[in-house]
Amino acid sequence: MDGVNLFLAILAMGAVTYLPRALPLLALADRVMPPKLLRFLQGFPVAVLAAFAMPLVLAPEGSLEISAGNLALLVTIPTLLVARMTRSIIATVIFGSVLMAVFRLLGGG
Amino acid sequence: MREQSTTARPPAERSPAQEGICQEADGRGDRETPGAGGAALPPSRGVREALPIVLGYLPIGFAYGVLGAAVGVPLWAIVGMSVVVYAGSAQFLAVGLLDQGASALTLVTTTFLVNLRHTLYATAIAPYLESMGRGRLAWVAAEVTDESFVMNMRAARGTRSLPFGFTASLNATAQLSWITASLLGGLVGGFVGDPLRFGLDYALIAMFVALLALQTDHLREVVIGLVAGLVSLAFWTQGHSTVGVIVATLAASGVGLFFPAAEEDSDAGTGPKEAKGPPVEGLPRVGEPEATWGTTGATGQDGP
Repeated sequence: MDGVNLFLAILAMGAVTYLPRALPLLALADRVMPPKLLRFLQGFPVAVLAAFAMPLVLAPEGSLEISAGNLALLVTIPTLLVARMTRSIIATVIFGSVLMAVFRLLGGG
Repeated sequence: MREQSTTARPPAERSPAQEGICQEADGRGDRETPGAGGAALPPSRGVREALPIVLGYLPIGFAYGVLGAAVGVPLWAIVGMSVVVYAGSAQFLAVGLLDQGASALTLVTTTFLVNLRHTLYATAIAPYLESMGRGRLAWVAAEVTDESFVMNMRAARGTRSLPFGFTASLNATAQLSWITASLLGGLVGGFVGDPLRFGLDYALIAMFVALLALQTDHLREVVIGLVAGLVSLAFWTQGHSTVGVIVATLAASGVGLFFPAAEEDSDAGTGPKEAKGPPVEGLPRVGEPEATWGTTGATGQDGP
């Protein structure tokens, strides 16, 4: 793909990404929503978090792997405890990343 | 004119109980206790709330830049995607597709499908944004990502209304880190190996794990998390991670309706509070990276 086409493609990618982000906001901001709908939408944050995290932790390579060989699972268990104890996101992120690095280095990975 | 409209704010479904959760979560470590109104969410707080995202975006954005340079994507396009598209998984996929010589149509179609999930985020966050003009709404929309969504919604738990200045600065900080990391990765290019090999790709997972741990103090949230995680896992193992996230979110939130919300346990009568934070002007707008894991590209890494 030459430069001009790539440039145009990126603009189009931006447009098709932007519309799903913008249309609901523009259409729904300042509207009163029925309580039931609001309650439904309030479930989204936790649902999204779990929908992303669980597969990456339990099946990092694409298939379910609940074993000591699953580094993501090994790291996540103490990371969860740190999150509950410190209630600090930054501390949890640093702890989890460092622990993962240590495991990978030890494992020669 | 528009801001004078008398449209009612969304019914407040948040209760003191939920605020308590939030405060508890905020009470220690790196954050301060949110107040009751928008004034508690100044733009500077938005920058600080973005820091966990920054920790995740820097390594993954860097990896994206390195990968792009490695397959010959020009630097302006690597950075340009971070500015214009700002969607991690889509950008990783795009680099892979460019490497394969895919057509522009394939590129655009794939991007659209992978990023459709943002519709859910924009819908869910709309009731919590303070009343603002269309220009500001259009600005905020550009930087909706997986991570900015969850961090903004977390802040909304404590205050019920997100001031433009807070959300815009949170989002801008996040995207700025994504753009910067992309640029650095693209510059360094082939001089480094896989920049994620030491585990920095776990940073965003750790952030999600932390947020989950802090937001599942009630049965309803636990059920939603379990249903969403298992549904998503089922799709994931079949290779349909993108649609899996969307289906899982909708299904789990639906199931959650059958469980009492936290506020109904204690006091259901609290009306919505309108946060009256003064609108903050002149926030710089930045691009919009988002980390993506759900839509794993060939590499299994997704940035913002």
